[in-house]
Amino acid sequence: MDAIIEVRDLVRQFGDFTAVDRISFSVKPGEIFAFLGPNGAGKSTTIKMLTTLLHPTGGTISLNGHDPVREPEEVRRSFGIVFQDPSLDDELTAKENMEFHGVLYDVPAKLRKERIEQLMRFVELWDRRDSLVKEFSGGMKRRLEIARGLLHHPKVIFLDEPTLGLDPQTRNHMWSYLQELNKTENITVFFTTHYMEEAARIAQRIAIVDHGRIVAAGSARELMAQTGTGSLEDAFLKLTGNVIREEEASGVDRLRQRAKMWGRRR
Amino acid sequence: MKTIYIMWLRELKRYFRSKSRMVGSLGQPLLFLLALGYGLGSVFQAAGQGNYFDFLAPGIIGMSIIFTAIFSGIQLIWDRQFGFLKETLVAPVSRFNIMLGRTLGGATVATLQGVVVFILAMVFGFRPYSWLAVPVVLVFMLLVALLFTALGTGIASLLEDMQGFQLIMNFLVMPLFFLSGALFPLSGLPAVLSGLTIIDPLSYGIDSFRALLVNSSHFGLPLDFTVLFIVTLAFLAGGSYLFSKIEV
Repeated sequence: MDAIIEVRDLVRQFGDFTAVDRISFSVKPGEIFAFLGPNGAGKSTTIKMLTTLLHPTGGTISLNGHDPVREPEEVRRSFGIVFQDPSLDDELTAKENMEFHGVLYDVPAKLRKERIEQLMRFVELWDRRDSLVKEFSGGMKRRLEIARGLLHHPKVIFLDEPTLGLDPQTRNHMWSYLQELNKTENITVFFTTHYMEEAARIAQRIAIVDHGRIVAAGSARELMAQTGTGSLEDAFLKLTGNVIREEEASGVDRLRQRAKMWGRRR
Repeated sequence: MKTIYIMWLRELKRYFRSKSRMVGSLGQPLLFLLALGYGLGSVFQAAGQGNYFDFLAPGIIGMSIIFTAIFSGIQLIWDRQFGFLKETLVAPVSRFNIMLGRTLGGATVATLQGVVVFILAMVFGFRPYSWLAVPVVLVFMLLVALLFTALGTGIASLLEDMQGFQLIMNFLVMPLFFLSGALFPLSGLPAVLSGLTIIDPLSYGIDSFRALLVNSSHFGLPLDFTVLFIVTLAFLAGGSYLFSKIEV
């Protein structure tokens, strides 16, 4: 069967800095694929290029048979995404956020209503549907974002560090839900994480990225065998070294910090 | 069409939900209107220019519109910060429609704010010379609001964070307001000042409000409309171009 995501020699430069350096990989339909790497390895940049938010400097991408540069709308219809940072409108209710998404993705009104209820029940937020999102905890927001990302029945769901800051209960709940969806709807799951145990347990295939390149790929078992280590964490450290990476704060990060300082005033 | 509508609806919902924003943004226009209106009234009268409060009210309506409109446009930076912008940018809809929807929403909010100031001015004794002109003045208010919301959106598209915000307030919004003739008549000004007022689009907006509300105009309504219309189109085009170039 043809790959749902096919990436060839993908390059992205920011000035002199090469964030993504000739990455190639493919993901089969219905696969659960993990992208692992230290901070600043190029994971988020790759996801941004796959999801039409950034143009590649070089190389080709095919997602569900479409090119994100030439056919962005077809590509956008094919995937759902849960970003690393929340991307909900805090001033709207949970249901309004869902409605908004449904309208943007052109889900017909009747179907939209059904699916919103079904998805929100599934992530156990239906009782809180009329609460403003700003009253939600981090875990609730994440659940709502997952429900929202699935509302238009995408072929692929991207999750950029989806479990960051979630308690084990929420994390487990989230993964069992996604695994079930993966089985029943054959939805492809593409995620990044820093929790090695999570990647080993959930992902069918893993690519380890460092300095903008894929340094190793395979199942968790294959990676351990390849490096002669006993756990994915050790394999990861062996492949990427022990040096702690520095990431430069972007303007948005600086702004966030200031917003925290000012007590989230808006 | 649906995209434009939902973006517009979002702006309105946010506006009606933040009561503090509604009330807070009325304080400044009210202060200007009352302190200057009554404070300078006698001087204005002595100079043979008539009732200053009536002269000032359309200017303060314009002030509340430009402030609210540019703020609404600048809100884009907050959306970028709180991540919501990404949700709209990965959706399978054209960026032009997203920009148009949020600009129309912001402009509607700014117009409403202008209407509230209009009503407040009436509470303190302002009366339009003809009630028939009021619907027309609403059209002009919306046009001015659109112009400055588009400008705010365009600027916000270029900014990554609020660092530049103070700069915009001091070097753009304040000059636009002070040089618009909101506070003083445009005739008999020194040449440099006069030249500056002519290139300020807000001058034409406030002039149109005066033409319709107190029947006195410096440029004449046809010129006001032409300038506002062309500049609005240009800013919408420029704003949507800059918006289409955003990378997150």
